Amino acid sequence: MVYRGPYRIRAEEKDRPAVEHPNDAIVRVTKAAICGSDLHLYHGMMPDTRVGTTFGHEFVGVVDEVGPSVRNLKVGDRVMVPFNIFCGTCYFCARGLYSNCHNVNPNATAVGGIYGYSHTSGGYDGGQAEYVRVPLADVGPSLIPDWMDEDDAVLLTDALATGYFGAQLGDIVEGDVVVVFGAGPVGLYAAKSAWLMGAGRVIVIDHLDYRLAKAAEFAHAETLNFTEYDDIVVQVKKLTDHLGADVAIDAVGAEADGNLLQHVTAAKLKLQGGSPVALNWAIDSVRKGGTISVMGAYGPLFSAVKFGDAMNKGLTLRMNQCPVKRQWPRLFEHIRNGYLKPSDIVTHRIPLEHIAEGYHIFSAKLDGCIKPLIIPS
Amino acid sequence: MPYTPDKPKLAESSDELRARIPGWGADLDPADRPSVPRERFDPTFSGAWWEFPERQPEKVPRERSIEHKFLTPVFGTVSPPRGVSGAIRRYAYKRYSEGRAAHWLLLMVADRVDVAGSTVLSIFSRHPDNPITETGVPAEASHHPVSSRTDDRRTDVRHQALDPFIVAAPWVLAAGVTYVLARKVIRRAA
Ligand SMILES: [Zn+2]
Ligand SMILES: [Zn+2]
Repeated sequence: MVYRGPYRIRAEEKDRPAVEHPNDAIVRVTKAAICGSDLHLYHGMMPDTRVGTTFGHEFVGVVDEVGPSVRNLKVGDRVMVPFNIFCGTCYFCARGLYSNCHNVNPNATAVGGIYGYSHTSGGYDGGQAEYVRVPLADVGPSLIPDWMDEDDAVLLTDALATGYFGAQLGDIVEGDVVVVFGAGPVGLYAAKSAWLMGAGRVIVIDHLDYRLAKAAEFAHAETLNFTEYDDIVVQVKKLTDHLGADVAIDAVGAEADGNLLQHVTAAKLKLQGGSPVALNWAIDSVRKGGTISVMGAYGPLFSAVKFGDAMNKGLTLRMNQCPVKRQWPRLFEHIRNGYLKPSDIVTHRIPLEHIAEGYHIFSAKLDGCIKPLIIPS
Repeated sequence: MPYTPDKPKLAESSDELRARIPGWGADLDPADRPSVPRERFDPTFSGAWWEFPERQPEKVPRERSIEHKFLTPVFGTVSPPRGVSGAIRRYAYKRYSEGRAAHWLLLMVADRVDVAGSTVLSIFSRHPDNPITETGVPAEASHHPVSSRTDDRRTDVRHQALDPFIVAAPWVLAAGVTYVLARKVIRRAA
């Protein structure tokens, strides 16, 4: 797929990517996914998204070629590739902050390297394609275990790892009331993960009933449709004996479809890095002294966040892009134990040549779409 | 009740939750959650065998944030800056740090110029842009546009009125440019 402008993409024949660095691998993609954060790019909200680039940071595939210095992979290996591109040894990687790697993104120091996520994230093409360049192949990819389903593997490359990470950032302790904003894939996984960490109550908030139904069924959560309430913050307060939640997780990011004014200033005029409606609701709904976890995606532009409330309430705000590979050993165990079955949320399988339709369905939330997978021909 | 010292009681006890929810409490101990950024120094976990990766050759001049000391050893090579949008991008990178709004706003301007220019150029290529197929709207016919509107709320309802303008803008611009060029050519010929 290639980007042609806001709301416009198409399937197009491009040159097969080449080895550009001795530690590159070329991976033939067997399955990719469209992620909620791809919609920031699709809507033209991420600065330095150039026409002709390919999106897609969630993919698995087979190693097709390796550069001269690659030691840990060989042609034919089935691999899952974390969405972060990282070196493993810079100051940040050495401390496990793989999503904050300093050696892979010349375009920015505040953002790490991400496949198919504009030049702000390093100018790499993504995996919604037949082939993709995987830099630093000795560090990023892992072999897909024999017992693991390929659909589960592709969801581990971002969505599941990020959702689990969101729950971790909430610093949940036994019995905590956890409220999750957003019932997309990441919100569903965050809600499910909150139980693993001992939450006493999990409430998921969204505006689409079919996604809330999934949250109730898949993540055992209580659900609230915010369009049914005059003021969702008051509703959360009422449900929590007017205390507020202990932990609030923002699994929406800047894509929150705020009021028309916010939509125009953020999505259309680019005066904000996205409307932070969900984040502001999180700040308002959590109790004083509570914790806010943010792993919904925000762009580098400023956003109108209610920082004064966060300060006055003594909140702890924790946030980052997920360092995916550090999550894997534990998540593999949880999947093996049957605690998590990530592919239960997949709703659509779209051939790569119909990618424009796939984005439209996902962006407009037609047809009960929760998570679409892309199948290259 | 926040007005008294004790936490409100939950409807379900931990034991009840454990019985109801598979895996409840498997990661109960906050100290045993491996990937929370605790900044533990462990440079070997990743599988890297270098201290600093080999430098990727810079085949074409690569723009970079002025907050970087040098070009990072690994970088993406897709879509080097080109044309007017490229000039704006290079200026944004050369002149402003990431801390400056001007940096990002110039990049957004460059994005819009890039889209308009690419749309114009595509008209003269073998693969002209097609606003219908590229927006994926044909999927409306096959993927429940009506029930998605009635059962639920689609997410694009609020901005649907704006979308045609966003999508059409580059074409309108392209038509304008073509008109001006054509007029010039005709005048010159006359
Ligand atoms: Zn993603
Ligand atoms: Zn690094």
